[in-house]
Order: sequence, then structure tokens, then C-alpha cells
Amino acid sequence: MFPLDQLALGQRAIIKSIKTDFLPLKLIEMGCLPGNEISLLYLAPFQDPMYLKIDEAHLAIRKEVARYIMVKPLKDD
Amino acid sequence: MIKNINVALIGNPNTGKTSVFNALTGLNQKVGNYPGITVEKKQGICRLDRVTKARILDLPGTYSLNASSMDESVVVELLLNKNNPDFPDVVVVVADVENLKRNLLLFTQIKDLEIPSVLVINMSDQMQRKGIKIDLEKLEKKLNTKVVLISTRQNSGVDQLKQILVDYRSIPSTLILDPTNIDQDYFESLGKAFPNQSLYKLWLVITQDINFTKLERQKVPDTAQFKTQPQSYLKKLQQRETIKRYQTINQILKETYRVNLDETTDLRSKLDNLLIHKFWGYVVFFLILLTIFQAIFDWSSVPMDFIDSSFARLGEWTKAQMPAGILTDLIVEGVISGLGGIVIFIPQIAFLFLFISILEETGYMSRVVFLMDRSLRKFGLSGKSVVPLISGTACAIPAVMATRNIENWKERLITILVVPFTTCSARLPVYMILISLVIPNERLLGISYQGLTLMGLYLIGFLMAIVSASILNRLLQSTNKSYFVVEMPNYKLPLLKNVAFTVWEKTRSFVVEAGKIILAISILLWFMASFGPGKKFSNAEQIVAHQYFNQVLSDSELENKIASFRLENSYIGILGKTIEPMILPLGYDWKIGIALISSFAAREVFVGTLATIYSVGSDAQETIKSRMDGEIRKDGTRLFNLSTGISLMLFYAFAMQCMSTLAIVKKETNSWKWPSIQLFSMTIIAYIVSLLAYQLLK
Repeated sequence: MFPLDQLALGQRAIIKSIKTDFLPLKLIEMGCLPGNEISLLYLAPFQDPMYLKIDEAHLAIRKEVARYIMVKPLKDD
Repeated sequence: MIKNINVALIGNPNTGKTSVFNALTGLNQKVGNYPGITVEKKQGICRLDRVTKARILDLPGTYSLNASSMDESVVVELLLNKNNPDFPDVVVVVADVENLKRNLLLFTQIKDLEIPSVLVINMSDQMQRKGIKIDLEKLEKKLNTKVVLISTRQNSGVDQLKQILVDYRSIPSTLILDPTNIDQDYFESLGKAFPNQSLYKLWLVITQDINFTKLERQKVPDTAQFKTQPQSYLKKLQQRETIKRYQTINQILKETYRVNLDETTDLRSKLDNLLIHKFWGYVVFFLILLTIFQAIFDWSSVPMDFIDSSFARLGEWTKAQMPAGILTDLIVEGVISGLGGIVIFIPQIAFLFLFISILEETGYMSRVVFLMDRSLRKFGLSGKSVVPLISGTACAIPAVMATRNIENWKERLITILVVPFTTCSARLPVYMILISLVIPNERLLGISYQGLTLMGLYLIGFLMAIVSASILNRLLQSTNKSYFVVEMPNYKLPLLKNVAFTVWEKTRSFVVEAGKIILAISILLWFMASFGPGKKFSNAEQIVAHQYFNQVLSDSELENKIASFRLENSYIGILGKTIEPMILPLGYDWKIGIALISSFAAREVFVGTLATIYSVGSDAQETIKSRMDGEIRKDGTRLFNLSTGISLMLFYAFAMQCMSTLAIVKKETNSWKWPSIQLFSMTIIAYIVSLLAYQLLK
């Protein structure tokens, strides 16, 4: 288990926990919840922000926020 | 008897809510602002059947009822305030078929406010292609409401929706999530403190400030002072609510919604591979920018010339039709030329919004935001500052308004403060005439010096924006976290109707909003230039005739002399003389001083004012130019030499010479503090730079 900002490109993972005090509610509303699958589709130039697929939503967030999301990579990757 | 009902359209961004609104109302719509704030208010009328008429309100896109921006809080405020005349009898929640789960979060919140709510699943034409199957009957039962599949592209489902709206009373208003499931103790004590009230409504009233307080706005009255728990606890509850709602929604969708992933196409990844590529992504963006600039500065010159000459003819025609006198002068020189100054910008504004709305409709804009965020963040800006910065090349007013979707207050403020540095189209006429006066029309290796100068001015404006952004970034303190969350929507072909509506609406509101101010100022200017104190002004004719007593002057020459003598002694002339000592070190005389003052209304007024001052009496550029060219200083040298020309161009590049921008900044930041800071610092920068330029080049 590690913070989301360390997820490798193309890797899939499961959200394990979120530090709710630091995350905007909007992100949670868009599906960033423990138990949901998350994958890193693209990184912008200079490695930030991250273009993610969370559950069925596609969204981009900055790494400074991604640090507060703990993920566990899926085995088959 | 016609029955009127209020219908509110609510939905997440990118769900095609506006298409549904357009399909329902057609051309019967009007756009205004909510009082006191600059959030767009779109309303329309739809005849549902023979006896029922619906007033349809298209509310700003929102992800939930936990508002985190000004646009979103408009939605919440309306739904919490039964006394609002716009309070809906029935809400239509527009959802996108591919993101049903996320869209249902909002739907369940609205339903739990016990307002009759219909669910519209839009873009149903995509279902087959995306391999989506929905058990409508079961979904209706689970949500205890009516569900309609709509495709605005194929024009299906709209009539069914109208029928449901007619019978809105039959829609049950039952809860989906019982608030006590979120936190039993908290909500039970809330219920005891406020019996007979909807618990969920109370909860939204209490928490409405948690995610969004930065700007002042109307608060819902009768708010309960029930903040017995600290903010952080309430925030936790909000998150718990969201999680609970998702659990419920997942349960519902498991039985009613199916996606066969094998059938999905990979248009998204194909386009993304190109459009956000670390090299090709920038190339494409650059080419798009080039096309936009080409349209704004080249293609629009044809209609602009046409408008210019039409207004000149209208002025002449009016002058010929009406008896000579002060009223005619006011209409021709104040009103008509003022109107012309506004209408001339229509082609550029329309082109700009045509491109911006196409880029937004297709989903490309989010990719640009993604691509540019990291580089712009270094300067305290956000990826979302791209749209304002592009818009700023046409006009700062729509650009300032476009900062609204930047969630982070500091990034938004910095964007608003630096946007007026980008070279807006009102600076162009000023640059054009000065460049043609002072820069030689020669080429170096096939590149024209004049073209290079213009490009240099654009670059200087942009650089100044970036430099001041990074300075502001250090100066401004920010307590709130960056809430940068950008949805990357699916790529879509833009709907022509939506694009047309946007272009029409934005252009119209620019003409009306900015027009009011420009018109008022040009009338004021006309007044100040047409009247003056004392005998010198009123006896101009005799004084001038006396002065040139023993010279042979043609009638028109004499008339010109009188006009310029009048101007010198008019109120505005006196004003120009007063500031002359201040602007002399910059290389300007009192006549340029007048133009500086008058062009504070809008920069392009500079050229027109000089035309009046130099008593040309016509707006034809060549004549103004040759007249300016012949202007000499007291010591016999040319007034418009290289040093004065450069100094003036730099002054216009940096000075905040725009009333309308100040007004819109005041509106958007809700205080005079920021526009005042903007005005003073930009004027000081402009003054110092022009002073240095003139003194060094002299």
C-alpha cells in the first residue's frame, strides 16, 4: 500500500483509504472512495497533474492532492 | 386558463443539460445574471400542453448540493429557499448515460429535499455504441420517480418529458437516504431542535458554508444556528453522507444498469494519445491558437471595416437629415460614434466565443487545462487560467468572467489581476496607428519591422502577465488548499445549436454590458469636449478670426482652427493642460494627455480623440496619420518620433486603460480593493516603463 502519487503509469489499483481532512469533498463525490478501482492513464508533461480513471469517472488531479489517497496495486499488473 | 409551473434543470457539468434546455425552450429564452453576482441565469418558456406553460430555469452545472463554487451555491440557495419566486415545482435532473452513478448522487440529494424530481438520462443515442443496458422500469421503481431517456441529437424523448412535467404532482416525493443513517445521534438531536422540518434541508442549510465561503453571497434566511459540532466534524459527516449515498446508488445500479465493456470504442484513448502528448499535444494547441488569432485579427477585419464605414455613413446621413444644432451633435458625435465603438468589436468577440465554445463542447478544453497546469502553476496560475488568458487577447471582460471555474481563490484572483496585461483587441487600433507612424515600413530578411513590433508588443503583454503573476504569487497569502479537480469528459462532436446559442448569448451580453459603459463615457466625453468655461470657449470664432486676421484661409481651414481652439479651451482641454507637466517627461503634450484621459473609457477611443483634437473631422486613418505626422513640438522637432511612439505603445501595453474591466473585476471580486490595486499598480508600471523608454531613446 502506498500513496497514489507513486502509482506507475498504466498501473491499476484499489483505493484503500483516504485522508478525509485533506481531500476536497468534490473528489469524493466524483467517486474517489475506498474500494473503488483507480488507474493512472496519463501524466502531464513535467509529471503532474495525473489523469486518472476512478471507478467510471475520468479526472485529473494534482499530485499534492494525490498524496492523501492510499492505494493498493492490483496483482495482475 | 393557462397554468404556469416552475421547472428547474439541474445536472452535472458535461451532461448536455444545455441541449435539453435548448430542446425544450427553443428561441424562447433569455439570459441574465443573478442579482449581485455574475453567475449567468438562463430562463426559458416551454408550452407543455394546451393548458400548461413551464418557466424553465437552467441552473449552473453542479456535482452535488455541497457547493464549492459560486455557480454551485446558486443551485443550493434556490433549492433551500421556498420563498424564492423561482423555486421549482418540479426539478428535472439531467444525467449522462455513461456517468449515471455520479449523476445519481446529485439526484438523490435533490430528491431527499422532498421536491418532485424527474430523472432525464441524456445522450441515450450513445447506449448501443457504449454497450449500456438500463432496466428503466426497475430503475423508476427503485428511485420512486419517473425516468426519461432523451437524445437531443436524435430529438427523442422530449415530448415524453413534457408529458411527465404536466403530471408532476403524481411524482412521489419520498426519501432515498434517511439522514439518520448518516449519523443517528446528530440527526436525531437536530430533529428534536427543529421539529416538523425536513432534516435533510436543515443539514444542507447548516453545512452550506463549509466548502465555499470565500466570496460574499446571499445566505439562505432562517438558517438554524445549529453548529453544535466543529467544522471538521461536519465535514466528516458530509463525506460519510457521500459514501452512504454511493452505497445506495451502487445497490440500485447493480440491479438496473449494465455495461458491456467489449463494445466500447476507444476514441478517447486514441485522441488523448495525440492531444496530451508531451510534444504533439503542444503542437496541436499551438496550431489551434494560431487559427484563433488568425480569425480574430484577420478574418474579422472584413466585417469590422464594413461596420466602421456603415457607422460613419449613418453619422453623415443623420447629420444631413437633422437640423444643425446641439442635439444633432450629441446624437452624431456622442451616441452614434459611441455605438460604433461597441459594435465594431462584435466580429472579434463572436469569433472568440465560437472557438471557445467549440473547444469546450468537444471536451478538448479540459485537455489543455491538463497540459498547461504544471507550467502555469509555477507562476501562481492554474491550468484553468488558459481560457481567460486566450480570451484576454480579444477582450479582458469575458476573460475575467471566464475565471469563474478556477476553484482555488488565490489562483483565480491572480488570473483576474494579470489578465488585463494580455493584448486585447482594443489596443490594436492604437498600436496600428503608432506603428505606422514611427516604425519604418522596411523589411529585414523579408520580415517587416512593423510586423515584428506588433508581435513584440503581444509578447511583452504576455510576459508582463506572467511576471506579475509570479510576483503576486509570492505576495498573496493563501490559506485554502488547492482543489484542482478537472473532469476529463468524453470527446463529442459539438452541437451546432449549442455553439450558436453560446456565441449569440455571449456577444449579446458583451454588447449590452460593456456597451452601456462605453456609450455613457462617450457621451460624457462629447460633453466635455463640446463645452468649456469662460469667454475663450464661447468666443472661439471671434478670437480665431482675429488671430488669422491677415492670413488667407479657406473656409474649412478656418473651421478646423476654430474647432481646435475650442477643444483647447473646453473642459477636457483644460484637463489635458493640467496633466501636461506630469506627462511631459514621457514625451507627450497636452493633446496626447486628452487622449490618455478619454481613452480611459476604452483604449481604442485614443485614435478617435486624436482625430477630433487634430481637427481632422473625419475618421479616415490616412488623414489622421498625416496630421499626426505633421505635428511638431515647440522646439520644431516631430512630436510623433520614435521615442514618443515607443513610449506611448508601452504605456498602452501596461496601463489599465479600461473602465469596463475595472467594473467587471469589482463585480467578480466583490470589492473595490482589487480593481483599485490593479488600476494603481498598472498605471505606475506603465508610467515608469514609458518614462524610461522615452528618456533612453530620446
